[in-house]
Amino acid sequence: MSKRFGERVAFEDVSFDVGYGEVFGFLGPNGAGKTTTVRTLGTLLSPSSGSATVAGIPLSAETGPVIRSRISIMPESPGLYLRLTVMENLECFAGLYELDDIRGRIERALRAVNLEDRAGDRCGALSKGLRQRVALARALLNDPAVLFLDEPTSGLDPVASREVHGLIASLRERGVTIFLTTHRLEEAERMCHRVAILNTTLRLIGRPDELREQLFSRSLDVRIGTPLEHPNVVLGGLPGVEGWEQAPSGYRLAVSDPDIAAPGVARALVGAGADILSIAASRHSLEDVYLELINEDVEVKSR
Amino acid sequence: MSFSWTRVRAIVVKELRDYRRNRLVVGTMAVLPLLFIILPLIQVFNSYRHVDSTNLSLHVGLSMLYMLVIPAFLPSTLSAYSVVGEREQGTLEPVLITPIRREEFLVAKALAAFVPTLLIAYAVFGIFLAAAALFAHPVIVSAIFAGTHVLVQLLFTPLLAGWGIWVGIAVSARSTDVRVAQQLSVLGTLPLLAILALMSLNVITVSAGLAIGLAAVLLAIDLLAWRAVAAVVDRERLITGTRT
Repeated sequence: MSKRFGERVAFEDVSFDVGYGEVFGFLGPNGAGKTTTVRTLGTLLSPSSGSATVAGIPLSAETGPVIRSRISIMPESPGLYLRLTVMENLECFAGLYELDDIRGRIERALRAVNLEDRAGDRCGALSKGLRQRVALARALLNDPAVLFLDEPTSGLDPVASREVHGLIASLRERGVTIFLTTHRLEEAERMCHRVAILNTTLRLIGRPDELREQLFSRSLDVRIGTPLEHPNVVLGGLPGVEGWEQAPSGYRLAVSDPDIAAPGVARALVGAGADILSIAASRHSLEDVYLELINEDVEVKSR
Repeated sequence: MSFSWTRVRAIVVKELRDYRRNRLVVGTMAVLPLLFIILPLIQVFNSYRHVDSTNLSLHVGLSMLYMLVIPAFLPSTLSAYSVVGEREQGTLEPVLITPIRREEFLVAKALAAFVPTLLIAYAVFGIFLAAAALFAHPVIVSAIFAGTHVLVQLLFTPLLAGWGIWVGIAVSARSTDVRVAQQLSVLGTLPLLAILALMSLNVITVSAGLAIGLAAVLLAIDLLAWRAVAAVVDRERLITGTRT
């Protein structure tokens, strides 16, 4: 799918699929088109080109209401009626979904977000974290087949963020398909089965560990007490070692497989009289992957 | 999925609850009618002393014109807030994410402004008639009830409200600022008030037939306005404020 607003491209040639029960992370910098993608999949905006199937239903103007009845979107801003109570907010949305057993549904949704005792509170009197939980309860009212969470922890303090993470984890255990838009990379790495990185176009898609392997060669980080006198003699030609470079506190070795190369490297260093502080496989985070891609894009644009 | 009154009701109930707790709305709903019942009552009570019998009907008409300002202005300020206000608060997107249809959304917003307006306008008119019947001079009372004044009031109250609502919603859907939307939608009601003023001042001589004819025209305009608003307000415009 692609979406343009006049001359401006919101996202272009974006193509992916999300499996049933999967938690799918959608990452990208501000303005990358994440929210527009969610709005398009949620039938709020129509795509400029392309097609999509959401919750098993092809996306079109006619199927919009049916799709919206089977999904939920929790926008970045909770969007609650602040003069109304939690219960009144949820009653309104239960009516919009034409749900039966409204009281029962609301009670279950509030229980899921641990807010049973705040049903009578006005939303305007709640903290930002609690409002976010009410918004999540609202999104759960219709038992959605697909739940879109757009920056669910944006602007929350660490405690409130952790609470939201806990709620997402419990939804994941219940088998709800979650489409999580975020630019908190540790959040995506921890919560998501797979992630996609969007920067107007889709840059990468896969499991976080797959993405690391795709983008970074495998390596061993060696820390020693004092630099080697002849590193090329010690490290060159070791089995499984493809090359080496000086690192701030030792050496970084490019290897085909860290588990195969590490024992030989340790023996060679001991043989050379080096004081080994540590030998570890390099650990690239999702953040490294993300920054690598986004920086690439910045470089391409600046050329 | 067909048109759902359940979804319409959900929005109307929410709006009415929200109005009740909004001091600005409650203030507007209280002060405007109060203002527009005191002035006509003072005029009606003083008419017999200061106005000769030939101009009596004109003065009664002028007095009652004030009360038609209520159904014109009150819903236009409420409906002007309906879309842009929700967009500003961030509450519009969660509503549009639900299965609600554009027509249901617009009808709900219109009804939420129409129902309180009609109740207040008719209540104010009822109080005016009761006060006039009890305390005004019998000549004035007969002038109020004899002409087409009551008919004009009863007919034009809902029709003016309808016009004010559709103008307000149309302006609101295209605005990015609540205050601008409210000012523009009040301006949009002025042409109709001008016609009513001409009728009340007997520049246009009103007969029952003319009143009913004009009411029919206004009804047609209201229906056309509803179709026009429904055509120009799409989900994308409501969310982004622009058309792609």
